Amino acid sequence: MSAKPKLYYFDGRGKMESIRWLLAAAGVEFEEEFLETRDQYEKLLQGGSLLFQQVPMVEIDGMRMVQTRAILSYIAAKYNLYGKDLKERALIDMYVGGTDDLMGFILVFPFLSAEDKEKQRAFIVQKATSRYFPVYEKVLKDHGQDFLVGNSFSWADVHLLEAILMVEEKKSDVLSGFPQLQAFKARISSIPAIKKFLEPGSQRKPVPDDKYVETVRRVLRMYYDMKAN
Amino acid sequence: MSGKPKLHYFNGRGRMEPIRWLLAAAGVEFEESYLETKDDLTKLQKGGSLLFQQVPMVEIDGMKLVQTRAIMNYIATKYNLCGKDLKERALIDMYVEGLFDLNELLMTYEFLPADKKEQHFANMLDKAENRYFPVFEKVLKDHGKDFLVGNQLSRADVQLLEVILMAEEYKADILAKFPLLQSFKARMSAIPNIKKFLQPGSQRKPLADKNAVAKVMKIFY
Repeated sequence: MSAKPKLYYFDGRGKMESIRWLLAAAGVEFEEEFLETRDQYEKLLQGGSLLFQQVPMVEIDGMRMVQTRAILSYIAAKYNLYGKDLKERALIDMYVGGTDDLMGFILVFPFLSAEDKEKQRAFIVQKATSRYFPVYEKVLKDHGQDFLVGNSFSWADVHLLEAILMVEEKKSDVLSGFPQLQAFKARISSIPAIKKFLEPGSQRKPVPDDKYVETVRRVLRMYYDMKAN
Repeated sequence: MSGKPKLHYFNGRGRMEPIRWLLAAAGVEFEESYLETKDDLTKLQKGGSLLFQQVPMVEIDGMKLVQTRAIMNYIATKYNLCGKDLKERALIDMYVEGLFDLNELLMTYEFLPADKKEQHFANMLDKAENRYFPVFEKVLKDHGKDFLVGNQLSRADVQLLEVILMAEEYKADILAKFPLLQSFKARMSAIPNIKKFLQPGSQRKPLADKNAVAKVMKIFY
């Protein structure tokens, strides 16, 4: 096993993208093995690498970690992006929970029928602008600091930036009512490790396309339709 | 605010139940405020207590915590149920997340429309027997110790017991192929705090019946 973490997933965002963001923000180089065929997946399964038969899986520090939240928590704690005490950690967990829920609505989007996609787009924008963005706007306004928690860069900031960019892909002017978030977005995007990740040629994955959906369905034999929220 | 944590939820299991289990296992007394009507939820939302307009919400140590995982992480860390280092925590987190997934499958069953129930029932028991329980049987077999991680009680053990009991409510002999989980269940159930929680009169909630389901639908939909 190399010294660098190795990510096992499809060549696309899905549940692995937040992990790519966090590793990039922490300045950690990582390798990737992309699942293209059912055979590859079955080999992984038979080899016993996937604890609950699922990806994401990340080989890191001698472990084969699965479960997105477990992987993210480990990386955040290891690279000091999880606050300085229990209370800061609680705040970060709450904020990440919110952005996780929001990004969850976007996660299913590529797997919806064309009609459901329009419904879901409206749903995503409505939830972003009425439930989630106002919370983070207020947090930043109330303390007037650069970062969400403890005046220090954390997992919560990375996750929020990721969520903002994903929602903007669904509606480009979605931040128009949120001046604090606009400034936050500019500020976090200019952090060197993040700036690098946002440039072409990085390991950041593009908006899922039909090829991605096809690959996931083929590898997981997941041919049913997802439902809109 | 009293010294005890205060739980805000409806009078039923849902997403609050793992939190009740964890507090009970940690020997922490807690109070509960039940949402009975949509008005109760609206009042909480308007009062600004719910960060994302949602429950569960737990008042604890001067905070109004929301998001099940945030609440569970805080309690587990505060009461030393998270392992002793980063690597034990990683194992515990992996097990706990798997158990959350299974809990979600079991927990949502009662709230499904009638035409979705049969398929869901088959799927949830299949996942319990073929995806999740074999993993924990093997973990216990491989190290031969009493607890899942680090030879001491952790949140993973508490959650596994909870999920085993939930699954048994739907299929009484679901542990037939898992001898180590059977002895794990007996061992865990005998721990004094847990034994107390399993007795009638505790704050453990029963399986949702038709009336409870109807009430929840009215509050949240």
